[in-house]
Formats: sequence, C-alpha cells, structure tokens
Amino acid sequence: MSTAAPETLDRSAVPWLFATALATTLPHFAHQPTGFSALAGLLFAWGAWLWWRGRRLPSRWLLALLVAGSCAGVVLEFHTLLGRDAGVAMLFLFMAMKLLELRSRRDAYVVINLGYFLLLTHYFHSQSIGTGLWLLGAMVIVTATLIRLHGGRASTPGPTLRYAGLMILQSLPFLLVLYLLFPRVSGPLWGLPQDAAGARSGLSDQMSPGSIADLALSTDIAFRARFDAPLPKRDQLYWRGPVMEDYDGITWRRGPIFGPAPAVVALSAPLNYEITLEPYEQRWLLALDAPTALPPESGLTPSLSAVSRGPLSQRLRYAVSSALSYRFNTQESAAVLKRDTLLPAGRNPRARALAETWRRTGANPEGLVQRALALFHDQEFAYTLHPPLLGQNPVDEFLFQTRRGFCEHYASAFVVLMRAAGVPARVVGGYQGGEINPVDGYLVVRQSDAHAWAEVWLAGRGWVRVDPTAAVSPARVEDGLAASVPATRSLPALMGVDASWLRGLRYRWEAANNAWNQWVLGYNPQRQREFLTSLGFPDPNWRTLAPVLLAACGSILLAVTAWTLYRRPHRDPAQRLWQRALRRLRRRQVSCEPWETPLALARRLRSERPELAEALEAAAEIYCQARYGTGPANLRALRAAVARLP
Amino acid sequence: MPQPHSLGAILESAGRIVLGKEREIRLALACLLARGHLLIEDLPGVGKTTLAHTLARLLGLRFSRIQFTSDLLPADITGISIFDREKSDFRFLPGPIFAQMVLADEINRATPKTQSALLEAMEERQVTAEGQTRPLPMPFFVIATQNPAHQVGTFPLPESQLDRFLMRLELGYPDRAAERALLAAGSRREEAEELTALLSTEELPVLQQEVAAIHAAAPLIDYVQALVEATRYDSAFQHGLSPRAGLALLAAARAWAYLAGRDMVLPDDVQAVLPAVARHRLLSAQGGGHARAEDIAALVRSVPIP
Repeated sequence: MSTAAPETLDRSAVPWLFATALATTLPHFAHQPTGFSALAGLLFAWGAWLWWRGRRLPSRWLLALLVAGSCAGVVLEFHTLLGRDAGVAMLFLFMAMKLLELRSRRDAYVVINLGYFLLLTHYFHSQSIGTGLWLLGAMVIVTATLIRLHGGRASTPGPTLRYAGLMILQSLPFLLVLYLLFPRVSGPLWGLPQDAAGARSGLSDQMSPGSIADLALSTDIAFRARFDAPLPKRDQLYWRGPVMEDYDGITWRRGPIFGPAPAVVALSAPLNYEITLEPYEQRWLLALDAPTALPPESGLTPSLSAVSRGPLSQRLRYAVSSALSYRFNTQESAAVLKRDTLLPAGRNPRARALAETWRRTGANPEGLVQRALALFHDQEFAYTLHPPLLGQNPVDEFLFQTRRGFCEHYASAFVVLMRAAGVPARVVGGYQGGEINPVDGYLVVRQSDAHAWAEVWLAGRGWVRVDPTAAVSPARVEDGLAASVPATRSLPALMGVDASWLRGLRYRWEAANNAWNQWVLGYNPQRQREFLTSLGFPDPNWRTLAPVLLAACGSILLAVTAWTLYRRPHRDPAQRLWQRALRRLRRRQVSCEPWETPLALARRLRSERPELAEALEAAAEIYCQARYGTGPANLRALRAAVARLP
Repeated sequence: MPQPHSLGAILESAGRIVLGKEREIRLALACLLARGHLLIEDLPGVGKTTLAHTLARLLGLRFSRIQFTSDLLPADITGISIFDREKSDFRFLPGPIFAQMVLADEINRATPKTQSALLEAMEERQVTAEGQTRPLPMPFFVIATQNPAHQVGTFPLPESQLDRFLMRLELGYPDRAAERALLAAGSRREEAEELTALLSTEELPVLQQEVAAIHAAAPLIDYVQALVEATRYDSAFQHGLSPRAGLALLAAARAWAYLAGRDMVLPDDVQAVLPAVARHRLLSAQGGGHARAEDIAALVRSVPIP
C-alpha cells in the first residue's frame, strides 16, 4: 500500500503562520500563568530562530516530550485537563508547539483552524471594544494566511491582506442580520460561572478607615444611569448601597440581609430611571434613596438596600423607581433600635463622654444631630483623601487630635457620637453624585464617587439621612470629589483634569463604551424583543424570526448576485453571434472548448466532422475579422454565416 | 494583407537547408521580425548553428560568429585598442560583435563575465569598451545557441539574462523522413554558405515596422493579459511572467500573424508563440529549470478565449 507523500510547506509561508499564531495568542500572554506565557514565548522564539537559520525542526520525540510536559504543567496548575481555563491553556501551548512542527500543508491548516478557535477564547477574559477590534484584525490575518496557503507565492502580503479584509467586510451584512435576528440565548454567552472569581474593586460591605480612600483613587465606572425625567439635584443623588450596623470599634460591618420588609411611604412622585451596573463581586443593586420599585430577581433588605439574588458578575441593566422624598420605618422594631445604639465597650471613651454630656443637657434627638454637625462645622475639621493613620480608638483620635479625614471618618465618628448619645444611628455606604456625559446623556458614576453617610432614627420621622461630610466640605456633595480637595493633593490624572478637550475625549470614549455595552454585550433576549417590536414584529419568537432571517440573508445574497451580474462585462455582439454558432455545434454533438480558437476549432472539424467544417470555417473567418480585425465589424455577414450552419 | 513574397522564399530556402523544422524556422524568423534576440537550445549536432547561419545568409545581414569557450574574455567580443606606432595613438579594433547578426555559438560555455558583456550589448544595442560607448550597427540581432545545462563544463544563463531573449527554441531530433533525406544527401552546411541573400539591408527595417503596426484588438490584448496573469497564479510555476514578457508575447504574436499574411493578431498567433516566448522565462515549480511544455499547454487550456 502506498500513500501519497504529504505536500510540503513552502518556506515563505511560514512567517504568515507565525503571524497567525502571534495574532491569535498575543492577548493570552497577559492572562495565562507566567510559566506558560514564558514557555510559549520561548517556543515562538525557538521556532522563529529555526526558520531564520533554515535549521531542521525538532524531532517528533522531543515534541512528544514537550506535549507531555505541558499537559503535566496544566494539571499541576489547574488540577484538571478539562474545563475552560485548563482547555484554553492547553490550546495556547499547543499553538506555540505547532510552530515547531510546520512540515506539511496539513500542519499549516491545523495552525489556521486552531487560530480561528483561539480567537473565540479571548472573550472569556475580556469583551471590551478593544478586544473586539483586536480579534477582527486577527481574523483578517488568519484569513489572509489561509489565502496565502492556497495562492502560493503569488500572494504578496499587501493584496492578500486587502483581499482578506474585503472578505471580512463582505460578511458584515450577514453578521449584522444574524446578530440582530438570530434568537438570543438567555444568559451570558462568554461568561461561565467561574468568571466571578477575579478580584475587582468595588463597593465593599464593610469599612474601616482607608478602604474608601482606595476607591476614591479609581476613575473606573461603577454604573451608569439614564433618567427619563430631568436629573434630580446633585445633593439628592445618594445611591444607596449596603447599610453598616455592626461596629467593633474599628470596622463597620453590614447588618442582616433578611428580615422584615422595610416600610416606605413615598412623599413624592416616583422617579423612573435605568441603571447599567458594571460587574463586581457584590450583590448590591445601587438605587437612589428610597427605592420603591425594583427589577425582578431582587429584593430589599430590612435596612432598605436593594440586593440581587446572586453576585453581579455580569454587567446588568435594570429599571428602578425611587421616591426622593420619603418616610422610612416610622415604626421600627425595638430590637433594631437597640442594635443601632450599641457600641463596643472600652473603645473611644472620650467621644462617648462628650456625647454623654450632650445628652445630659436634655436635648432632643434632632438637637443632638445638630450639635454633632455643628461640631464638625465649627471646629477645625478638614476634608482630605490622605488622612493620618488612626490607632485603637480611631473615633477619639479623629475627633480630638487629627481632625482630618474623608466621608468614612466623618460618618463613622458621627454615628458613634449619636449612638453614645442614645440616638439609633448607622452608616450607609454607596455612591454620591455622578457626572452627566454630554455625548449620550447618561449619568456616569465612578468608583471615585463612593461615599459613606449616616442615617439616624427619629421618632415620628423614621430613618433620616444625615451627611456629616457635607457639614465639613459642602463641595464634596455639591460639586464632587475633585472640588473638595485642595489642588496640591495628588488626584488621579483624569479626575483633576481641567483641559476640556481631554474631558471631551473621555466623554466620547465612555459613550462609545456605553453603546457597546448596551448594544453588544447587553443585547439579551429582552433587548432583542424590544428592538424587534420596535421594528414592527409584534411577537418575536424563533418561528417568526426564522422566515425573517432567511428573507434577510436571501435578499443580501440577491443584492450581491445582482451587483456581480451587473459588473460582468457586456458581451460584444460579434461574440454573441459566435456563441450562437457554438451552441448550434454543441447540439450536433461537437465539443467546443472555451480555450479553443475559432480557427483551431474549424481545423479540428475538418478532420472530425467534415460535413460541418466548411460552413464553420467561413463563419470563423468572418468572426475573427469582426472581433480582432480593424474597422467596423461586419455583423450582417457574420449573422448570415452563422445561419448557414446546419 | 498578403505575405511579402520574399518572406515565403526565405522560409522555403531555409526549409531546404534545415530539414523537417518548418515550424522552428518560422518561429526564428518571427523572432527576428519582432526585433528580438533568439536563443536556440538543444543537444550538439541537431542543426542549431546551421539554422542560425542559414537565416543570416538569407536575410543578407553582415554576419559574424563567436565561438564561446571558457577562456573567452569580454574584450574578445567587444574589441580592443592597440597602439598605432605611426600615429602614436591608440586605435580601437572593433570586436566581432560589431556586426548586424552575431551568432554566439555555445554561449553557456563562456564564463558569466563574458556572457554578460554580450548580454549587455544585446539590451543596450551599444558597447562600452575602455570608457567609450560605441553604438552597434542597425539592425542588430543575436542568435545564441547553447547546450542544455546538464552538459559538462557549462555556465547556465541566469533568469534575468534569459529574459533578454525574445524566444527560446528547441530543435529536437528530426523526424524519420527528414533524417533519411539528410543521411542520403549529406550535410547541408556547405550549401548554407552558398545561399544568396533574399532581402536587402534596407528591406528588413521596413518589414519590422510593418510587423509593429499589426492590429491587436482589445479582446486580443485581454487574452494576452489573461494568459500572463494566469502564469502568476498557476502553481506549476515558481513565479509568473513579467510585464516585459507580456510585451514580448504580443510582439512575437504580431510577427507570427504577419508571417501568416494577416493584418491582425488572432488568439491562434498568441497560442502559437507562447511556448517559445514563455518557457525560458518561467521556472517549473517541480524544479529542473524551464517550465515544461505540458504545463504551458495546460495553462493555455485554462484560459478561455475572450
């Protein structure tokens, strides 16, 4: 038995395959374990060196050893060979190894197929615009490599890349139609459950001095909000997150999530808005104080925080309603009121003593709140993002020695004072304010807008929001963080920036990102249904979508075909007559090859079909004169000659 | 347009000397009419030199012959200056290249340096020797013969220099009847020496101008272009034909049409001259030098007539 020798790969195709491998693996270098990235980099370099020097590729034994070694490495790292991360790591390493085995065309096709597959795996790590663009570019390179393999040496890089790009462009109408119309699968396409594992900064449900200062230094976007009605005033934009009730003297921790439902009486018309929340590890759904209507799959804690059923590891879009003026739990259970006046024994004695003296003066709770705020306002308290470190009695040290801090310090000290004076109080975490992006009208709330304020319970009024930071630095609440710190303090470059063009650029970039989130990542079954309904499909489901899909694809194909036909050069009249002659010959079982010249055909007929030869010879001569000769074509003579053919 | 009487006579006379090679003689004549240089490549003794000699005689051109050997020097071709005692000055003695038709016999026996001296003259139609540029006589033709490269002691011409020859012919063994006639009547070499010129030196340029004026219609140019393009995408060849090769193909096809007595080029003419024009310019992807004749035939079959 003999098998055909595999077609050898020509040497000049190898750089294309390296480009393919590099384009499809490059982003993975940042995500794979360092050892794997280093190994892959080494294999790339080795393969490139072997090619450059024209050396022999390593033996199959060595490659087998490498494969076994990397499998062992994957098992050691991930404790399995199966699953998403282990699988991607294996493919990543195999791609690098395949470059040491480029012997035949078959190997090249393996690289290309692996490349196309690896493109998909990048979406496990990132689904941003940048990733999308990179993968589009990589797809052009892989396709160009495929063209190069088929075209041989004649395919020079420029035209080949252009051709591949053109092919991708031509596929765009189909992509759009399929994207918009193909029934969406509910749930994330890329994010598998373990996606939530990565540590992402965000709102925390505990706080001790310092933790919110970290957030304030990040310009990452926490969420975006879109209001149907005009935007409320800035000092009403308190986005409620976790409520922290348990205090051990240093750290505040959140209270219980389950319990009796909060009782909220709305005193103003509900404000409707929609929030697109960036993924983070927590379950808090941010909403303006006080939420009245929540999205499905979520609920309210006893302390009026909106929580989702599961961690928010996917970007989430939800609609909420809030009443900006409200009464919350005017009847509060005694257990809650007792819990919210507890303080750990032996901590912060001076603050407690101060509150004790206030209480002894017999002031009512409202009066106590005012005294505490007056303390912050009248004494030499300062707002800063870089407060001194505090020790075992942080509130005492803050109130009587350092007197410098940010929202967390003020909220914490205020609540301690209130509790010591016998007023139920707690710390609320969340975000304050936000910034309108003039490009798309969304309100953008960043991690730097993270804030902490206080809530006290007053008989008859229920829980009332008090923001002690506003007493110290009203600008923090009214104008945002950048206005509240002295200019000499270092703020992240974008936050302190005055240059309006840079700000405009940032708005534009973020609006593009938002559009991407809304229309690409957030294009779920619900969004699809909304979109199709707006197009005039009353009840979009797969049965009604299938014909639409087919019709859309069919009309694109028709349009492309029509264009191609239109572009086909129109035939010369002499040539049309000659084609008629050839059709007549074919009817008489004469084979006419498209490459055969008329005179050659006539010559051949002279020996094969003498009865036809004479008439054809005459026609051929007139045709040649008409088509290739000088002067106007004698079409009448040609038509007559063709008609004379039997 | 009828074929000039003299050309028919030339073909007939040459056919009496070189037996059984009517097609090759016609191609060689077409090559000269298209102002191209000719390379004849085959085994020793199949009539290369005889053909060249015959053509030179019949066309009435001032003829010189250079036998290339491995110790031939560039100056042996272009000429040297010698010191004239009486005038106390150097006097240039033109080499054998200063002729209207140069037969470069067994060109691949010379070293590349010498070869390139000839090839430069072919391209520039002038000779630079000892710092002075001297034009060559008009018309100027080179008919080079060479042995296949696998013969011992040869320096094969590189592709760039092969490109300077409009056509490359292979003569091949004569058929039975022609060989029989040859054996019966003896060598025709002496007969070639006695041939009389059928064309005067003034007539040839006129014929060449007529050839250049042969009409090539747009569909015919499309066909030439399609053929040239097809060589670039055909995996049988290592690379495609250059634009210069496309021009050469069209020029040769015009001459072929002229020899057939037509005032327009037909696809038949292009197909007829294509192997002679293209084979030495293409490298077979299978290795082993020139493109194979069957690959060229397959190429023709892959391009429809427009």
